[in-house]
Amino acid sequence: MQVETFYYDNRIVRAFGYATVVFAIVGMLAGLWVAIQFYAPAASLNFAPTTFGRLRPLHTNAIIFAFVGNCIFTGVYYSLQRLCKARMFSDKLSWIHFWGWQAIIAAAAITLLLGYTTGKEYAELEWPIDIAITVVWVVFGINLFGTILKRREKHLYVAIWFYIATWVTVAMLHIVNSFEIPVSFLKSYSWYAGVQDALVQWWYGHNAVAFFLTTPILGLMYYFLPKAANRPVYSYRLSIIHFWALIFIYIWAGPHHLLYTSLPDWAQSLGTVFSIMLIAPSWGGMLNGLFTLRGAWDKVREDPVLKFMVVAITCYGMATFEGPILSLKSVNAISHFTDWTIAHVHIGGLGWNGFMAFAMLYYLVPKMWSTNLYSKKLATNHFWLGTIGIILYAVPLYWAGFTQSVMWKSFTPEGQLKFQFLETVTNIIPMYITRSVGGTLYLAGAVLMSYNLYKTIRQGKFIPNEEAQAAPLLKTEKPKREYWHRLLERKPVTMLILSLIVVGIGGIIELVPTFLVKSNIPTIASVKPYTPLELQGRDIYVREGCYTCHSQMIRPFRDEVARYGEYSKAGEFVYDHPFQWGSKRTGPDLAREGGKYPDSWHYNHMYDPRSMSPGSIMPQYVWLLDNKLDTSSTAAKIRAMKTLGVPYPDGYDRVANIDLMKQADSIAYNLKKDKIETPADVEIVALIAYMQRIGRDIKTEQKQRMTMK
Amino acid sequence: MKFIHYIEKISGVDVYGLVSLLIFVVFFSVMLTWVIRADKKKIKEMSEIPLH
Repeated sequence: MQVETFYYDNRIVRAFGYATVVFAIVGMLAGLWVAIQFYAPAASLNFAPTTFGRLRPLHTNAIIFAFVGNCIFTGVYYSLQRLCKARMFSDKLSWIHFWGWQAIIAAAAITLLLGYTTGKEYAELEWPIDIAITVVWVVFGINLFGTILKRREKHLYVAIWFYIATWVTVAMLHIVNSFEIPVSFLKSYSWYAGVQDALVQWWYGHNAVAFFLTTPILGLMYYFLPKAANRPVYSYRLSIIHFWALIFIYIWAGPHHLLYTSLPDWAQSLGTVFSIMLIAPSWGGMLNGLFTLRGAWDKVREDPVLKFMVVAITCYGMATFEGPILSLKSVNAISHFTDWTIAHVHIGGLGWNGFMAFAMLYYLVPKMWSTNLYSKKLATNHFWLGTIGIILYAVPLYWAGFTQSVMWKSFTPEGQLKFQFLETVTNIIPMYITRSVGGTLYLAGAVLMSYNLYKTIRQGKFIPNEEAQAAPLLKTEKPKREYWHRLLERKPVTMLILSLIVVGIGGIIELVPTFLVKSNIPTIASVKPYTPLELQGRDIYVREGCYTCHSQMIRPFRDEVARYGEYSKAGEFVYDHPFQWGSKRTGPDLAREGGKYPDSWHYNHMYDPRSMSPGSIMPQYVWLLDNKLDTSSTAAKIRAMKTLGVPYPDGYDRVANIDLMKQADSIAYNLKKDKIETPADVEIVALIAYMQRIGRDIKTEQKQRMTMK
Repeated sequence: MKFIHYIEKISGVDVYGLVSLLIFVVFFSVMLTWVIRADKKKIKEMSEIPLH
């Protein structure tokens, strides 16, 4: 057979690799900055773009999509060519993919800091960027499948399956969760409302973890671990089971983020059951990784690449064991809304994703520059800094989460809540300080790596096009007997469709019933659409990222009802595009905030939270007091809401601003009574209007019922 | 306002559950059979793809 000579494209791998290192540092710096704001609120600089509510989405997006995203593409572009024995399908598409993705990251960073956000976690980017992501993702897909189709290797190695499943599922998740109706160039409302929005969002959010932070990295593990250890994976059979079981089960587990909320009970149970089942494939994968090193542990002592991988895979095992445990309702009742969740995701983020990325970079750079790593010692130091960093990060937060939850739930013998919310926060400040020390160590390690890689690059010579040889695939070749699966794994398109069916089933079963909820919910008669001013205020609430610290979901627990009021009902959220239930309570729940304090309290509190609640760690929102409210958008917003089914009267968009000013004047008048002079057309007035509205519909209903009795 | 039983209101909802369970079971049994019966040499060959 004629052997063909061809060249692997290393330039594109290098570009993505550089981007990985840069965004690792950027993302971690943003993380460190928000971590410091927990105990030094002044670190928000009293400047809107650097407050927690805007910087935290920047941190999460930078880590997930910029750091891990670029890491995935680095690994895929390197391993896919070699596993397929072919150069990438099109160099042009590779570069469109690279620059497109970096442009999206830049646009994301700017818009998030300016406050353009959809208010849905890990999907905060506004609609024009959503469209750009779709386009770039399709470009990546064409390049991926084009390469697979022109491969010279008969079989599709298991890593490629993970890449295919990643591509198809992320496409599905992104499109379904991003349905939104544009109001203006950088503002949109989620197509879904309340319970449905929450379910779609966490179906997305959970599976973004699954198919962006897990499956592609597992693909990298199945390629780079055998490479670094120079031996095949422990059990290839297990890897096949691992793959199908993982993608089949993962897609169902989303609702475990919504336990004890207003989400229907059956959906919560579904989430729990599938989360428990997930332990099996996850641990199958972890053991497969660790057993690959059986009898080679002496190499682990020598080789930094393997060291990082061992800790990464161990962290994967820990996180995927903890995840199902956290999905048990009894555990979730304690862990949810606390720092426990933050600790959990950072075991995954710092341990699994970060360490796999570092391992891959330490492996790739010497290979592509045909040299040895500049300093093994520095790499080992990085390893220890990182490992100690993870421990110092996670342990205090586990402690903080558990302590705070127990304090929330404590009652005095007389039956009163034992602690003010603020006391439970100030109590765990030392944990927050320790956490940021852990983060600093981890970041220092990454800086060390950048230096080490830079020195390695300086001493080596880059191979832009790596020569390789292989025989082409013969089309005529037909074995006598073929098992269906072997047939399948040679057919990438069939594989794609099958993966889509597998993940589609879970999605449909989970989502379809809730889409019918709307027609089936006994709506609460007293729940009315927001007034134009409240709607504007709500958009400010979303813009400032209030949901990153405040939930709007009172769970049916004794302590929560005692602290916040009547627990939340599904029917209360039917006009909430997007829902703002939140996932973390750094501050108290706001679901029944309306009417709790006078308008002037909110005014002073926004100006300086510590003047009203000494010891509070909330940032100051001074600009809200001066910013003019943009009423030119009111009409478009009312029209968009009407399109989404919010029952405003016909033609209301044209007169909405009259009502808006009336309500604003009355709030300004209220404030004046408390000796606060303010114009009526500033943002704080709209925000106060919204805050005073939250959760009130049901309160008035109860009052009416009481008086009727 | 009770938030229950509405899944029953989808016409023919039982088919959803049955079909997905069936796909799940069939898919997994076929995969498992294949995985267990697969030729050792082939498996070895595939697992060594990254190494050459």
